[in-house]
Amino acid sequence: MPDWSMRDKACIVGVGTTEYGSFPETDAYGLGAQALNAALDDAGLTCADIDGLIVNRIAYERFSQLTNINPQYMLATEMHGRFSAVSLMLAAQALATGAANVVALVYGNNGKSSRMQYGGGDSLWAPWGLTSPGASHAMMFREHMAAFGTTSEDLAHIAVAFRKHAALNPSAVMRKPITVEEHQASRFICEPLRLLDYCLINDGGVAWIMTTPERAKDLRKKPVYVSGYARQDDFSQASIPTPGYWYPSLQTVAGKVYDRAGIGRDAIDGLMIYDNFTPTVLFALEGMGFCKQGEGGAFVRDGTLELGRGRWPTNTSGGHLSESYMQGWALLAEAAKQLRGECGDRQIPDCRTIQYICATNVSSSIILRN
Amino acid sequence: MSYNKPLPAIDQWNKPFWDACKEHRLIAQRCDASGKVWLPPGPISPVTRTDKWSWVDLSGKGQVSSWVVMHQRYFPGFADDLPYNIVQVTLDEGPTIIANMVDLKDRDIKVGMRVKVVFDDVTDTISLPKFAREGAGA
Repeated sequence: MPDWSMRDKACIVGVGTTEYGSFPETDAYGLGAQALNAALDDAGLTCADIDGLIVNRIAYERFSQLTNINPQYMLATEMHGRFSAVSLMLAAQALATGAANVVALVYGNNGKSSRMQYGGGDSLWAPWGLTSPGASHAMMFREHMAAFGTTSEDLAHIAVAFRKHAALNPSAVMRKPITVEEHQASRFICEPLRLLDYCLINDGGVAWIMTTPERAKDLRKKPVYVSGYARQDDFSQASIPTPGYWYPSLQTVAGKVYDRAGIGRDAIDGLMIYDNFTPTVLFALEGMGFCKQGEGGAFVRDGTLELGRGRWPTNTSGGHLSESYMQGWALLAEAAKQLRGECGDRQIPDCRTIQYICATNVSSSIILRN
Repeated sequence: MSYNKPLPAIDQWNKPFWDACKEHRLIAQRCDASGKVWLPPGPISPVTRTDKWSWVDLSGKGQVSSWVVMHQRYFPGFADDLPYNIVQVTLDEGPTIIANMVDLKDRDIKVGMRVKVVFDDVTDTISLPKFAREGAGA
């Protein structure tokens, strides 16, 4: 009897992704629909099987009308990337409780062709020129530098590792390998962060189909089990770049997620870490206990996160830094593909378990297994 | 030339704060029961979740808890200032706010540096709190 009632009560049975780039001929709905169709084909299901729908960055009424899906369970989650994991957890809970039997989760983003600006609008600190999520992360990383001696060059190793992975991924937008020196020579956007510390805004769509383990048995692909998940929010200082790197929240999550999954850290084969900016990878690794707090910079050197080289192959798709900024949705699709052994040149050998980690005001982690 | 940087959005909660800034005073709300001081202004104390709070004068002193240098052009009004610094200052009374450092070149700013508020009268009605090194005579 597992001590957490949600263990292995939901599965990912289909994933679909579009190309990533600039597609002004369509929009977020067209991209979401394209991803949904791909995910349904992957699962061997049709729209008629869907009785739960969670959409992100698209409006649920319009998308339901377009696809003629009239479910018994429906949610539209907020556009922040933290809500990809939240959406997956909500779907898992809906499946575990019987609120839905087959849930489609659909993400559509045309941020590139619609010239989405992450910065420059009205905000609390705009009178002093503080704007953009990147600047907030720069502020958080400066604190880490001062406290622990972490450097910009430490971040370079993260960017270099993920770009190596992207070179093995035909879907990645940026595939040309980079060096630590090239990272260090890239221009500052908001110092201490440089261009190569930033994710890539692109158009694209991602969809997942989730169902119960019973329903998954006779579907096309091997199910990927949602073994455990945990989340801890912290909005106590939400009006400023959060001091403390979300470390307390992540420690809380770490204290739950492995036990809930029944899978310890040492049994994890690969990681998917929300990498909107390189520092969040350090914050996630430290908070989840892969290294001690403050030692993240040293930890990511020497290829620790590199496929075929380090113990913890991370973001094998290239992640947000090199594949495309799909706000966690494509990272979780990559996790499912890794667990099905479908990643070709970038496959983690004998991949049985993947852990997803997102360090933010809604810190979360999900452990998936095959 | 008229001031063309973003201006604060005034609402019913922060109006007293901005009125005080106009008089070159830094104020914040303090919880009557716990003494906790917070910014930005809001309707209730985060401790008691009631409206039992009062405005208090702050010392204007604090220390730099982080800082960045913006190189990217996001606001037309800041284009001529690029690159410019932004500091995160934790005030001695507790709240942390964002501002600019007026008397130091960007890379001379250090985390932990003691600072004191100065006011920049940017329009007839708005004075922005900014910071200078404590004891620098600013």
